[in-house]
Amino acid sequence: MIQLMQVTYSYPVTSRPALREITLEIPTGQFCALVGANGAGKSTLAYTIAGFIPHFYHGNLAGSVLIDGKETSQVPLSQLVQQVGLIFQNPFNQISGTKFTVREEIAFGLENLGLPRDEMEARIQATLSLVGIEDLAERYPLALSGGQMQRVAIASVLAMRPQVLVLDEPTSQLDPVGSREVFAAVRALIVEGGITVVMIEHKLEWVAVFADRVIALVDGALAADGDPQEVLTDETLVGKTIGQTRYTRAARQAQRSGYWPQDRQLPVTLEQAVDGFRESRGTPAG
Amino acid sequence: MHVRVADLTYTYPFGVQALKGVTLHIASGESVAIVGQNGAGKTTLVKHFNALLRPGSGSVWVGDWDTRQHTTARLARRVGYVFQNPDDQLFQSKVLAEVTFGPRNLGFETERVEVLADMALNMVGLDHAAGQHPYDLSPGERKRVALAAVLAMDTPVIVLDEPTTGQDFIGVQRVGEIVEHLKAEGRTVLTITHDIDFCAEHFQRVIVMADGAILLDGESRQVLAQEEILAKTYVEPPQLVRLAKQLGMAGVPLTVEEFTNAHQGWLEASK
Repeated sequence: MIQLMQVTYSYPVTSRPALREITLEIPTGQFCALVGANGAGKSTLAYTIAGFIPHFYHGNLAGSVLIDGKETSQVPLSQLVQQVGLIFQNPFNQISGTKFTVREEIAFGLENLGLPRDEMEARIQATLSLVGIEDLAERYPLALSGGQMQRVAIASVLAMRPQVLVLDEPTSQLDPVGSREVFAAVRALIVEGGITVVMIEHKLEWVAVFADRVIALVDGALAADGDPQEVLTDETLVGKTIGQTRYTRAARQAQRSGYWPQDRQLPVTLEQAVDGFRESRGTPAG
Repeated sequence: MHVRVADLTYTYPFGVQALKGVTLHIASGESVAIVGQNGAGKTTLVKHFNALLRPGSGSVWVGDWDTRQHTTARLARRVGYVFQNPDDQLFQSKVLAEVTFGPRNLGFETERVEVLADMALNMVGLDHAAGQHPYDLSPGERKRVALAAVLAMDTPVIVLDEPTTGQDFIGVQRVGEIVEHLKAEGRTVLTITHDIDFCAEHFQRVIVMADGAILLDGESRQVLAQEEILAKTYVEPPQLVRLAKQLGMAGVPLTVEEFTNAHQGWLEASK
């Protein structure tokens, strides 16, 4: 469980807070997506949950951040990394640069945890397969394409089996099917391993399909928090600070002309859109 | 300015054959999106346009220049290339210096350099950041600095490698407007992208790559409806195309407006 109470944070030598009075609770086993405009504080919130703030970035942190009831600022980073895994936006920042194969790269974190060799090998194999990069196992990490490298970065963190996984735009360079697979893999980890996930993402179609909850940030503060369909169709936010799926846009257009079923919420997934438009065929124009 | 690629192959020094015989012709003023799975060879292909890579075999022509006969520095007059990762591109300590570096290097007069830099920063929505250090900006903003630095070089051919990555929806809209602006100016625009909805809304032609070769090449409307072939390279049709297909609507709507029209027709047909 993740708990934030009245968290306000400013980076060193800045006066404007990057996070403002954030209070929220994310129960174990929940898949929580974080959305908002560039500069809204999404990465900062991710770093705060992962303990990167205040352990790495100092600055000014007020309020409290608890993982499983323990204040992250009081837990040594060496212990915290076993609980919380952080996947960076840019895979170049994640790859060690000191390993010659993808297999060794994934082993790096496990070596630091001091795992026995058999256990390491089993975990590496399982992770390669989960992320769909078995064919890259013997390749040189820095000679991979952007998207391949992003998968390796994801694998290197997943192999450590953290209880809390924080991902900062993990699919930004992935092909469309690869992106959906990452969402599905994260969902599978929740179902099988009971982990808790916080994921920053702009790919709203997959957020809508896979996440349990969506939190929207505006200017460092919580602007909306709830069910994906509710938040991603919120008229006070979409088109202003967060985007919307084409399903929502098409349905909103139909709604304006009276061609969307009256009591039906606007859709955020293909399935919801298909149901709504089918029903509209039986609905007279109003 | 047109770009012509003939039987191009390329093998990286570490042994991976990234291009296995690519032939294509891009006419002057065309807007083309290149899509396909990670590792398909998209970036390797476009890096040949300004001779960052040299053909293993085959050839690449930009206008009447054979890229084998010209340096990257010289090709910079004709082809502007915006890197996938802005951190591979940016090196100055001020945003303005970054954006004026290219045109100044091409020998443009000071006045023209200033006009181009202003225009480029304005287009990417970063006029206010001219005096900032690029690394004080967010990754999404740095990507736009990289884009501005290339726009300021005023090249007839522009190559954008995943320009929407790391952009919020306003950033994506802005990149879309820039593409439209470049199209209207008659420039040749090539974009690598994984954002298929963005691709549907802004590009007239789509090239689909898989495993170092071209799988499909044609008009967007025709290419983006080929669900089975796209799936081979981990690409799915745009959201609205999938929706229209499931509903059994006629046509391949690429924009919300087109979908709205198709929806009207579909409602009429049921009466």
